[in-house]
Amino acid sequence: MKKTRNIMIVGVGGQGSLLASKLLGHLLLEEGYDVKVSEVHGMSQRGGSVVTYVRYGDKVYSPVIDEGEADVIVSFELLEAARYLSFLKPDGRIVTNTRQIDPMPVIIGAASYPADLVQKMRAKGVKVDALDCLSLAEEAGSAKAVNLVLLGRLSHYFEDIEEDAWDRAIEAVVPQRFVELNKKAFALGKALKE
Amino acid sequence: MKTLLQGNAAVARGLYEAGCAFVSSYPGTPSTEITEEAAKYDEICCEWAPNEKVAMEAAFGACLAGKRAFCGMKHVGLNVAADPLFTMSYTGVNAGLVIGVADDAGMHSSQNEQDSRHHAIAAKVPMLEPSDSAEALAFTKLAFEISERFDTPVLLKMCTRVSHSQSVVETGERMVPPERPYEKDIAKYVMMPGNAKKRHPVVEDRTKALRAYFEAGFQQYKEGDRDVTIVLNRIEMRNEEEVVSPFAKHLGIITSSTSYQYVKEVFGNRASILKLGAVNPLPDELLTEFAGEVDRVVVVEELDPVIEEHCKALGLKVEGKNILPLIDELSQNKVAYALREQVPQGKKLDDAIPVRPPVMCAGCPHRGVFYTLGKNKCVVLGDIGCYTLGAVAPLSAMEMTLCMGASVSAVHGFNKATGGESAKKTVGVIGDSTFMHSGMTGLANIAYNQSDSTVIILDNSITGMTGHQDNPTTGYNIKGDPAGKIDLEALCKAMGIENVSVVDPYDLAETDRIIKEETQKEGPSVIISRRPCVLLKNVRTAKPLRVNPDKCTGCTACMKIGCPAISMKEHPALRVPATSTTPRVAVVDQTLCVGCNVCVQMCHFDAYEGMSKEGITYAERGGKQS
Ligand SMILES: Cc1ncc(C[n+]2csc(CCOP(=O)(O)OP(=O)(O)O)c2C)c(N)n1
Repeated sequence: MKKTRNIMIVGVGGQGSLLASKLLGHLLLEEGYDVKVSEVHGMSQRGGSVVTYVRYGDKVYSPVIDEGEADVIVSFELLEAARYLSFLKPDGRIVTNTRQIDPMPVIIGAASYPADLVQKMRAKGVKVDALDCLSLAEEAGSAKAVNLVLLGRLSHYFEDIEEDAWDRAIEAVVPQRFVELNKKAFALGKALKE
Repeated sequence: MKTLLQGNAAVARGLYEAGCAFVSSYPGTPSTEITEEAAKYDEICCEWAPNEKVAMEAAFGACLAGKRAFCGMKHVGLNVAADPLFTMSYTGVNAGLVIGVADDAGMHSSQNEQDSRHHAIAAKVPMLEPSDSAEALAFTKLAFEISERFDTPVLLKMCTRVSHSQSVVETGERMVPPERPYEKDIAKYVMMPGNAKKRHPVVEDRTKALRAYFEAGFQQYKEGDRDVTIVLNRIEMRNEEEVVSPFAKHLGIITSSTSYQYVKEVFGNRASILKLGAVNPLPDELLTEFAGEVDRVVVVEELDPVIEEHCKALGLKVEGKNILPLIDELSQNKVAYALREQVPQGKKLDDAIPVRPPVMCAGCPHRGVFYTLGKNKCVVLGDIGCYTLGAVAPLSAMEMTLCMGASVSAVHGFNKATGGESAKKTVGVIGDSTFMHSGMTGLANIAYNQSDSTVIILDNSITGMTGHQDNPTTGYNIKGDPAGKIDLEALCKAMGIENVSVVDPYDLAETDRIIKEETQKEGPSVIISRRPCVLLKNVRTAKPLRVNPDKCTGCTACMKIGCPAISMKEHPALRVPATSTTPRVAVVDQTLCVGCNVCVQMCHFDAYEGMSKEGITYAERGGKQS
């Protein structure tokens, strides 16, 4: 039996992580895996920290990922990557947008945004892919395509899934008129040498 | 067809397949999508009711009339609807009636962490509890069968992790349920003492029959009948080949719902499991039989020790809350830790990671009201909704939040108790949906018993907090079609409130004037603060503002409104690296600002630039908002 693989998607409420998890869920189901995708709705949507769990394998039980279990953490915002670091396996990988969004305690001066987070995570021996997704998304045609840039990079860590399958998943979950744009953003993220 | 379906969507699919014809619910995380998804099936007449009690009674009426009916709510909603529930247990149903209730262990989006199973036990109605989407679909259909067969409403208990996780389901066709025309039956449906006395024994007998039914389903299954529809409760004996140590005690775990998934995650087939799908009534014989086959029994359940205490009352030796937490949701690591299995560990940075709590959105119309209330040092008794964020720094202008409607009722009591000058500083604040839910009755009390209370209704034209549901004040129904629209001003006036005013919360001076005026008045007042939620689809945001860094003095006056789009940064022309003493100026995040212009009114130095004349505008509203 193949071991269950765990992908966490983290970010700030309103950043569009829902599309990323929908696309992954679709892709993995098409590949024949048992899949569970879990997210929390409600209060935390409004600018709070949000997290989605995607798990797949021969048979998946728990809908959530716990500390020390994630193979990959995909992060839309740098501080959120650091916040959920303890959920990563010791040899896991972080794929993160370098965008920084100040949380309210930082805005009002009650706390500070820690500096050099990427370097600090690497110093702990964590593998980190840090990408400026916003500029790539804008290059693809919309700032909203950050999620596809991240997925493009993430696709490196799914050796057994063909590129076609990703394309089909994009076609299946993205509205028709945005398919080309999203494919372009995916390709840019994928082509990126770290 | 095999698809990935969210637990709530799977319940909706179950409603469709079971031939359910009527759904009435009130939104509440994590239950809301059941009804939103059900509304997508044209065959189901689907509605938002003003509150859960109304919803449940509407669903009861439909089942009485002979149509399968459903009503959905979050755990605290069942408190509101407890009154009809307890007596519907006596009347029973005609066509099937299923009540979906979603608990929120971990309080991701709730004001308390109550365990709904107590309601099932107290009301003496059966409760089914699915552990994933496939079971959510299957149990929903089964719940209708049980409801009709045993003449009882059936509770379907969801929880955040089952409601909001997607897993694989196999969908089927819609069935045509048996005809059940309404028949007059005063002895059964009129619950006055004489009739109710005769119905109570029926309820007690029904519980016994249900218990036997849940046991029998398992026995049939054990005898090899794999077609049996009611394998709600099942035993999975451990796989001896996977047991590592021959000396290890034979561990048996009794569990249900998402806890079952955590147990399987940790143990796979290394422990024996009694998985319960029906949590009320519990199968006494099955519990006893299972306990007899293993060396050590542990009950793994979220929140209260309901199953554990039932086992103990049966005289079984079980463990549970002595090793597992009573508070918060469980997880695979918590189960592993309690049962001394290996717990994976992750890495941590040495830095403190600042928290990221939810915030009022940039452009939220609630902001201006709370800023003004804080400025006037008002005592603010609040309510539940997005506006509860008025309690968060830097606004910090809400001092009480209890349950829906409590602001209006409590401000009356507060003012009666203190009177005089205190009443001139004390207000109740409530959202439009919450006012419809249970604020109206509180206002009737103010109008009747006459206190000098000021109630502020925050009318943002939607039920915001739960993700944009329409309500009786918005003029649209759940399908997004035009519907009846309650006129708040006329309603308050009709109750006898003479001072009713409307204010635009984006206009701080006017908001300040009205709040000062109305709180000073003798007798009751209602202020309606009216501006649509900025996230609504028909909102046309204005272009973002900018701060002229040479005009900004760094006084931080604009920071008092707690807008997530504004922060203090180094002057953009600064060439040397910033230090903690470098003077800072306000900066507007261009991706977040929607141009509501509230910050502009805070600035004494005209530093904000780029306002559009018309500000935020609105297109004709039509269609669905969520
Ligand atoms: C009894 C009960 N039912 C449902 C909920 C879930 N809930 C919390 S706030 C809210 C509605 C808020 O809408 P509104 O009053 O219009 O305020 P807004 O969020 O739009 O500011 C709901 C349905 C609850 N907390 N309690």
